[in-house]
Amino acid sequence: MIALSDYLILGALLFSLSIAGVFINRKNIIILLMCIELMLLAVNLNFIAFSYFANDMAGQVFVFFILTVAAAEAAIGLAILVVLFRNLNTISVAELNTLKG
Amino acid sequence: MIFQVINMSFALPEIFMMVMACIVLLVSAFMGKDSSSVSYWLSQFTLLITAFIIYLSISGTGGITFYGSYIKDPLSDILKLSICIINIFVLSYSWYYLKVRNLFNGEYYALATFATLGMLIMVSSTHFITLYLGLELLSLCLYAMVAMKRKSAMATEAAMKYFILGALASGMLLYGMSIIYGATGSLSLASISTAIQIGHLDNTVLSFGLVFLTIGIGFKFGAVPFHMWLPDVYHGAPTAVTLFISTAPKIAAFSMIMRLFVDGLENLHQYWQGMLIVLSVLSMIIGNVVAIAQTNLKRMLAYSTISHVGFLLLGVLSGTNEGYAASMFYVLIYALTTSGSFGMIILMGRNGFEADNISDYKGMNERNPWFAFMMLILMFSMAGIPPMAGFYTKLMVIKSLISVDLILLAIIAVLMSVVGAFYYLRMIKVMYFENPIEQIKLQAPIDIRILFSSNALLVLLIGIFPSSLMTICITIFS
Repeated sequence: MIALSDYLILGALLFSLSIAGVFINRKNIIILLMCIELMLLAVNLNFIAFSYFANDMAGQVFVFFILTVAAAEAAIGLAILVVLFRNLNTISVAELNTLKG
Repeated sequence: MIFQVINMSFALPEIFMMVMACIVLLVSAFMGKDSSSVSYWLSQFTLLITAFIIYLSISGTGGITFYGSYIKDPLSDILKLSICIINIFVLSYSWYYLKVRNLFNGEYYALATFATLGMLIMVSSTHFITLYLGLELLSLCLYAMVAMKRKSAMATEAAMKYFILGALASGMLLYGMSIIYGATGSLSLASISTAIQIGHLDNTVLSFGLVFLTIGIGFKFGAVPFHMWLPDVYHGAPTAVTLFISTAPKIAAFSMIMRLFVDGLENLHQYWQGMLIVLSVLSMIIGNVVAIAQTNLKRMLAYSTISHVGFLLLGVLSGTNEGYAASMFYVLIYALTTSGSFGMIILMGRNGFEADNISDYKGMNERNPWFAFMMLILMFSMAGIPPMAGFYTKLMVIKSLISVDLILLAIIAVLMSVVGAFYYLRMIKVMYFENPIEQIKLQAPIDIRILFSSNALLVLLIGIFPSSLMTICITIFS
């Protein structure tokens, strides 16, 4: 039997990985988008684990909503990425530096 | 499971607005190039009717509906009404801005209407799911609006930064929600509150979740140290979009903090108070000090927003009804004043010229004494000089701090508002005591001039007679 704490530790690990990815990665915006997706999935894992161990359906319902919103978010993120690539001809994070001050 | 009859009437304004938002979207999709004026008038009509529906239902009974996920109470009524009214101002300014530059078609108004719907849902939510969905509906519309000027490298870069940090913030908020859900076993704020009140819960777990909730809220508000996106987005986005982002969503963010921290987690006040103190002190210091160095007016207003967020959090963190009322008064006046300030930038600009550098306002008094005076009212109000409305908001917030013996914090707030006065007064110095570089004629039509003047005069009027709005805010929380 896998305990609740195991799920939570995995969720926390995935979550920290994704945050580290957002801040460490300087090369590719697509990796940023992947990190954001990973973050939402880590949260989903938490919700499902809690919901299963507490015998409460509400958490699993929330997961469906999060998945739907994540899809919409990915669509908008990729659309912005395409527009950005047309303007700058690069998808490197380090090149995003015209706005400063 | 027992079948419950859902009371739809509580959500009537949102239902109406959703139907109309879909119609605006369809109109702009089918009419193509020449849809902008039709969708503009349709969305203004929507806001007006929604405001009217909300106004009619203010005296009616409140309550919770949709299986404990949706609430109608005096707080939600007043905040929704002010969101609709502020957005009527905002859309009128944007209409002029977009028409002159021949930018975008109807989709701007469709997105604006959907964003307003998201705000209304956030204000009325009393459940994690509704709160999250409202927040995302708002944020997704805002990301798209920032990126709408497709050819501009600055705007798309701003949109990308906003998107990444906004999504990060939502992730943090959700992680916090999942921890609180695990600790209390419920997603509804009312049952979370009772679960914490009864006790037997692990306070370490709860405060762990609380940290993530605070980070998420800090990001959405733009409080230091989570403010990195704010100046870039304000600067990079087209002025009409900056105007939209800087006004009504702040009211929605205020309702988010009230619902989460006060309705849901008020018993953890001792934990979140400390975190909010750090956020607000840093915001006041960094916002006011960095704003001094700015030469771009939009960027300066962005840092001034950060400092205002710091002041706004002061009222919430005091944890008293008086403090909540002060914060609410603060956010309403702030939204009104900011819509005027960005309205000024729109009014001064024309096609191919954004009046967004402070030097563009040199000698404005000689060119246009009336509008220079209106701008003076707005800047005085932001600096907090009586008899403008901004003075009373700061006064109420600081009074609420003193009543809970946070004297040191009150002293920092007063000192920082003195630092803040410097850059607002510099703007006035530029307008009144410097010589104009070029003779720019104002091209704005008469209706937009009247709108801007009434916006600024409203700030003055509320400043002279602050009691009616103040009384409304105080009665909500008593």
